[in-house]
Amino acid sequence: MRRAAQRMALSVCALLACGRVLAGEESIHLIDAPGRDLTATSCVTCHSLDYIPMNAPLMSRASWEKTVHKMIDKFGAPIRPEDVDQILAYLTAHYSG
Amino acid sequence: MLTRRRWIAASTGSLLLSALGGARGEESSAADGTSDEVLIALPGKKPLIKRTFRPPNFETPLADLRRTFTANDAFFVRYHLAVIPEIDARTWRLRVGGPSAAQPLELSLADLQHRFERVTLPAINQCSGNRRGLFVPRVPGVQWKNGAMGHATWSGVRLRDVLRKCNLQPNALEVVLDGADGALLPQTPDFQKSLPIDRALDENTLIAFEMNGRPLPHFNGAPARLIVPGWTATYWVKHLTDIRVQAQPFDGFWMKGAYRIPTGAFPGTRFTSQETTETTPITEILVNSLVTAPSPDARLAHNRPAQLSGWAWDGGTGISAVDVSVDGGLNWRAAALDKDIGRFAWRGFRFPLDTSRPGPLAVAVRATSRGGEQQPEKLTVNPAGYHNNKILSLSLEVA
Repeated sequence: MRRAAQRMALSVCALLACGRVLAGEESIHLIDAPGRDLTATSCVTCHSLDYIPMNAPLMSRASWEKTVHKMIDKFGAPIRPEDVDQILAYLTAHYSG
Repeated sequence: MLTRRRWIAASTGSLLLSALGGARGEESSAADGTSDEVLIALPGKKPLIKRTFRPPNFETPLADLRRTFTANDAFFVRYHLAVIPEIDARTWRLRVGGPSAAQPLELSLADLQHRFERVTLPAINQCSGNRRGLFVPRVPGVQWKNGAMGHATWSGVRLRDVLRKCNLQPNALEVVLDGADGALLPQTPDFQKSLPIDRALDENTLIAFEMNGRPLPHFNGAPARLIVPGWTATYWVKHLTDIRVQAQPFDGFWMKGAYRIPTGAFPGTRFTSQETTETTPITEILVNSLVTAPSPDARLAHNRPAQLSGWAWDGGTGISAVDVSVDGGLNWRAAALDKDIGRFAWRGFRFPLDTSRPGPLAVAVRATSRGGEQQPEKLTVNPAGYHNNKILSLSLEVA
């Protein structure tokens, strides 16, 4: 949690410094459960978190796995291999159809 | 050359708290995945349907699609990457070159405006994924409904007039287009697209700097963007900075890994230098229509005159007919068509609705192009949810 929070603070500060956060984005909250902070910090660097609930009704563990690996492999998301399972567990439990 | 748009309203602390769930510890209406019609105004825009904040993806509400030309401040916004610089038009430069252009050029906005013939044309600008959110079964991606499209007049210069000043080589195969928008992380693929040389040299392909007679809005590509009438909006690269002509197929992610459809599954021009046996780039917009009135779940007053109206368009052959069914698709009658204002424009249609009998009215609308294509009854399923041009149905009620 502490490490995740630090990483979150770093990425959000970086975004703010660059002026790339759109006002209103801060209204988006992911469901409070284990894995949330790690998931949020992993995703929010590149995009707002509304992408997650937008696609939730049509997602499954398999499709989240495909998506997370696309983010890492195609878009270069800085997600550590050992964190992937926890992110997938969180997304599958709270954001799938 | 570039200045950053300052968008920040939240302090670091409150943003961090809310992004982590923080003090409030509850989902906002925007985050629950159900209220997908949140209206939010971007700087310089009126409130539009927010799909995602960053990169910004905002859809035009149906009410703003009723005019022949979609207002600049209501026009949809679609980005792939989150870094969108605000460009100073006075210092902006467009670089044109590449291995198959022997004489590279660098042009200012004034050069574009004064050294080339000015061209204005009306054209539909439609996202490849418009109506993805209406696919059954559903498909992941931005869940657009009907408003990832708009219609405007575009003014600028022909891309071919610019390319012809660069001493094009006979081996020119593709023209690669790059805009100023980019990703936060250096390893994320930059948004670059390519066009086949013949489409780049088409007389209707423009470098546009005006939309509906006004400078392009920031969120629609200021100071100049590509206009590829008839082709889906993925090729209409915004905030243009670089144009490269090359003899090899461009191998960027946004050509090889995105905006592709199953080979042979849809009509349209084949982009052969980018085609594989499995997939091929999306190209032309398919024939389609939109009902703008009455609204989809309207109740019509018994025995009061009522009219169905909307738009029909395709990828550049023009519209030959719009047919309407009021019995769920069994019988069809021709709607009256408005004046044709250009083969890349949309065309209005109207059809009187019979309100003499109370009860449900199962309306369906089907457009046919001059090229002989017609809206289908069933979707052609494809992994990215492109080309949703299925016949639209409305469940109206006379009461």
